[in-house]
Amino acid sequence: MDRVEPNRTPSENAALPKPAVEQIPTPASEELLTAGKDEERISIASNWTLVWWRFRKNKLAVVSTVILLFLMLIVLIPEFFATVDPEQTDARLAFIPVQGIHWLDNGQLKPWVPGVAGKRDPVTLKMIWTTDETQKIYVRFFAPGFSYKLLGLIETDRHLVGAVDAEQADLVYLLGTDRLGRDQWSRLAYATRISMTIGMVSVILSVVLGLLLGGISGYFGGWPDLIIQRLIELLQSLPTIPIWLALTAALPRTWSPEKVFFAITIILALRGWTTLAREVRGRFLSLREEDFVLAAELSGASQARIILVHMIPTFTSHIIATSTLAIPVMIVTETSLSFLGLGMRPPAISWGVLLQEAQNIQTLALAPWLLIPGLVVIIAVLIFNLVGDGLRDAADPYGN
Amino acid sequence: MSVGIQDPEKQTRSAAQRPLLEVRGLKKYFPIHKGMMRKVVNYVRAVDDVSFFVREGETLGLVGESGCGKTTVSRCILRALAPTGGEILFREADDKVTDLSPLDRRGLRRFRKQMQMIFQDPFGSLNPRQTIFEIVSEPLYVNGLRSRADRTDQAAELLKLVGLRPEYMQRYPHAFSGGQRQRIGIARALALHPRLVVADEPVSALDVSVQAQVLNLLLDLQEKLHLTYLFVAHDLSVVKHISDRVCVMYVGKVVEMAATKELFQAPRHPYTAALMMAVPVPDPDQRDVIQDLPGEVASPANPPSGCYFHPRCQFAKDVCRSQTPELREISPDHFVSCHRAEELQLAGIKVNKEH
Amino acid sequence: MSSSPKPATQSNTSPWSREPLLKVKDLRAYFFMDEGTVKAVDGVSFEVFPGKVVGIVGESGCGKSVTMKAVLQILEPSARIVSGKVTLRSRFNSLDPNSPEELVELTRLHPNSRKIRKIRGSEIALIPQEPMAAFSPVHTVGDQIMETILLHQDVSKQQARQIAIDVFRSVGISMPEQRIDAYSWELSGGLRQRAIIAMALSCNPRLLIADEPTTAIDVTTQAQILKLLRKLQEERQTSIIFITHDLGVIAQMADEVVVMYLGMVMEKGPVHTIFKAAKHPYTQALLRSIPSVQSTPRLKLPTISGSIAHPFNRPTGCPFHPRCAHFMRGVCDGSQPALAPVAEDHYVSCFLYSSETMSPVEVKTPAAPSTENSQ
Repeated sequence: MDRVEPNRTPSENAALPKPAVEQIPTPASEELLTAGKDEERISIASNWTLVWWRFRKNKLAVVSTVILLFLMLIVLIPEFFATVDPEQTDARLAFIPVQGIHWLDNGQLKPWVPGVAGKRDPVTLKMIWTTDETQKIYVRFFAPGFSYKLLGLIETDRHLVGAVDAEQADLVYLLGTDRLGRDQWSRLAYATRISMTIGMVSVILSVVLGLLLGGISGYFGGWPDLIIQRLIELLQSLPTIPIWLALTAALPRTWSPEKVFFAITIILALRGWTTLAREVRGRFLSLREEDFVLAAELSGASQARIILVHMIPTFTSHIIATSTLAIPVMIVTETSLSFLGLGMRPPAISWGVLLQEAQNIQTLALAPWLLIPGLVVIIAVLIFNLVGDGLRDAADPYGN
Repeated sequence: MSVGIQDPEKQTRSAAQRPLLEVRGLKKYFPIHKGMMRKVVNYVRAVDDVSFFVREGETLGLVGESGCGKTTVSRCILRALAPTGGEILFREADDKVTDLSPLDRRGLRRFRKQMQMIFQDPFGSLNPRQTIFEIVSEPLYVNGLRSRADRTDQAAELLKLVGLRPEYMQRYPHAFSGGQRQRIGIARALALHPRLVVADEPVSALDVSVQAQVLNLLLDLQEKLHLTYLFVAHDLSVVKHISDRVCVMYVGKVVEMAATKELFQAPRHPYTAALMMAVPVPDPDQRDVIQDLPGEVASPANPPSGCYFHPRCQFAKDVCRSQTPELREISPDHFVSCHRAEELQLAGIKVNKEH
Repeated sequence: MSSSPKPATQSNTSPWSREPLLKVKDLRAYFFMDEGTVKAVDGVSFEVFPGKVVGIVGESGCGKSVTMKAVLQILEPSARIVSGKVTLRSRFNSLDPNSPEELVELTRLHPNSRKIRKIRGSEIALIPQEPMAAFSPVHTVGDQIMETILLHQDVSKQQARQIAIDVFRSVGISMPEQRIDAYSWELSGGLRQRAIIAMALSCNPRLLIADEPTTAIDVTTQAQILKLLRKLQEERQTSIIFITHDLGVIAQMADEVVVMYLGMVMEKGPVHTIFKAAKHPYTQALLRSIPSVQSTPRLKLPTISGSIAHPFNRPTGCPFHPRCAHFMRGVCDGSQPALAPVAEDHYVSCFLYSSETMSPVEVKTPAAPSTENSQ
């Protein structure tokens, strides 16, 4: 490691060579802890930079973040990822199995999906529609399909995957169909948007509530503290599952999916803020005693400034880490509630709603691919946990 | 007891001798709560009727062991705590004297600029999320100086004053050593050009070789900026080095206050003498000079009767057990609170001319 | 099995009666971390003779605590003894003053081996820095002392309790029969410190390592503890290694002084020599820069310029050279000086007095690539 020659003030009884660099005369020559090139970077690195450097070393967390970003992309533009209109039903096309993409066609890279053909069942004389490997529907990326508004603004009809021949656009069922003939792949994309958003929005609400109430509790103490703490204890002593069931069951059936969406996020947030509030309160209590907070008070800083500039920034990284870990909890809760028919309801699409279709054994025996949304839930929960763990380890300076 | 401003004798002294700060009968009791209803069962008498004064331009060393209340006194003076009783009289530049103890946040605002604090812990006294520039210029920003260019200039001046290079302004505290962080804390304390600086054990957490640097810096700054220091410490040798006068505390009370040289050479209170005798001298030829004091430091929640020091004092008489002594001036500028101060001949520390 | 034995009669049959009780030779202990290698202890040598007090003095980062942890093999998992030797004159029966001895190489012992566990507590005892942290809050102090006694001595629980009470009395704890059933947090600072010392002495170790035992307590209590340690040391002829940064305490307690800086010994010698005739620039500067109760007030102190280098960025060559008033370019920043004698018993590691250098040591780092140049 290159070492820069440190500067010294000549002391009384030494015949030292004059320092090469012009020095500001100081009462006592002070050198930085370290003078190397690397250390220069570290010394001007803000806390977030340091957290990022530590996070980077955790390969698992970094990979999970990439996957998470991909999922967020789906949340933003599910229409792009869908191949078929998710609402479109076709009774004939019920329970078509997973088509999958075949990449090679006679040794050439020409992706195709098997077409759908009808065959008459000799016994029941009913038409059975299923995939027919002899019929090849060629697919390509950025193919035309049903039109939509990208991000609600730009009119377009391009999709990630679609048939080469626009006429065959409606026949691409990458992950099969359900009992109403709806394309699972497209529905999964839309469901991702709803489920992830519910998870994140309810956590954001919890954080706001938790910060506010926990902060008041910790900073001011006294009566507000007593009241808020008793409220937290009350809320935490209520059994969660019955409360959720009761609240969601109480939502009127006539409500639009959007209303139900907001109601669900609020209901989830109402319980989630308590844990964070307690932690925030603890942090405020200990921060109140810190010398640098006292120094700010003695300079004349207002209470608002002390809270916003001095106290909260010291644990923002912790809040973000904890929140990230809370999101999968919310996701699983919503999925479970919707699975039971109490959360989001059709025609809204969420992972739980999709899984509702997979509720009975008969359906599962016929169409096991309807369980794929469950796999996606697992992946989402896993990556949120890995990213959250990575963040928490990176933000915690005493981890080592 | 009348010490300081109202004393007619003092009024004949020159203006420069007038006290910048005078504390009278200061009390700070912390209630002890017990039970579910948090009833008050007792008080910790952290500061129990403390009186002293600090003249403009001088350094008063406030020394004592753990539990003596010196830190609490320093916090009360700066009004980080509200005192339970007593007066804190501060003289401003226009000679106006105000009692700080009853003031609220708004009333204290104009005094914040005139008194500042240097903290003990170099690692806890700087906000780890702020750059050095932000830390040092915070007092300026909070008091109305919003222009970034002006603040940068002033911050650069302050850093140079304490011996740090202004180029390091964009760095974060974690890049600096303990001694450097203390300098940053000192720069911050000086940003508003205060008249009184309360230093709460500013060198105790530093390495020995760095202590001397910071002490020298404090002496330099005092001369340059005409500062007044209240120097709180438990280390007698450090206190001796920096103080003009010393005030010794024990379990919330002042036991002795005098000019440094006089206090060390001829202490008049048995506790002061015992403290002197207990400090290990860095000279192997002076072994067995250490005298130890029997017993433990009394608890401020349950102090002994009469003179708080009597259970450990070899000169204790009946009067010491029953009556609490008053702080009185037994010779010019030398205050003691001991019933037997006049009679006792106590050993002090001889000044070693070699050092 | 009494708790205050008479000092061991110098056993003529022992072949090592002139050997030091503890000998540390060229000890190097490095920390291997992601960010790099920290050479916490880099070539430390000193000796402790029976009945003597050796004071190890140094500032933060000098490696004094790590040296002691290396001796007792209680280093953190990220640290390793890289080279060097630590030898102890170990008694076969640690409680019998006339028991025959053997020389045990502590550095060869595995940290979990039975042999070193036998030595810890009964032959070498540690007085740790923080008395509060050293005691378990859920056991009485008596229980903890008895645990040590029962581990090393073949006595019954009743006898162990009596030994514990006797040891408490010998360290000046009044009402030992009651105090033995107290919890550590019920005791005041001074009493807790005495209890720690009692625990260390409970099995009559020949060597006591006191790691900053008086840093956390008041000066009047410190005076009591120092007096107690002196008394016990004289009575039992225990050797003490006294680790501190306080030169005043060293002057009062030590027979010999070892001055450490950034993992190396700068100077070592008898206490009078070090305080009156120190040769190393660091020692000289340190002695001049400390405030003393005997000096004139408000005089500026001579200071050591600069500050202690960061452990990750130790200077090449002599670790003190960036701050040294006698720095010689090309000499001091090249290789590390070795400890060389300047007088009988007085050793200095400085190129002003000797041109001997320390030979570098090849280190195979276990996992992470080394970011330090091997010298």
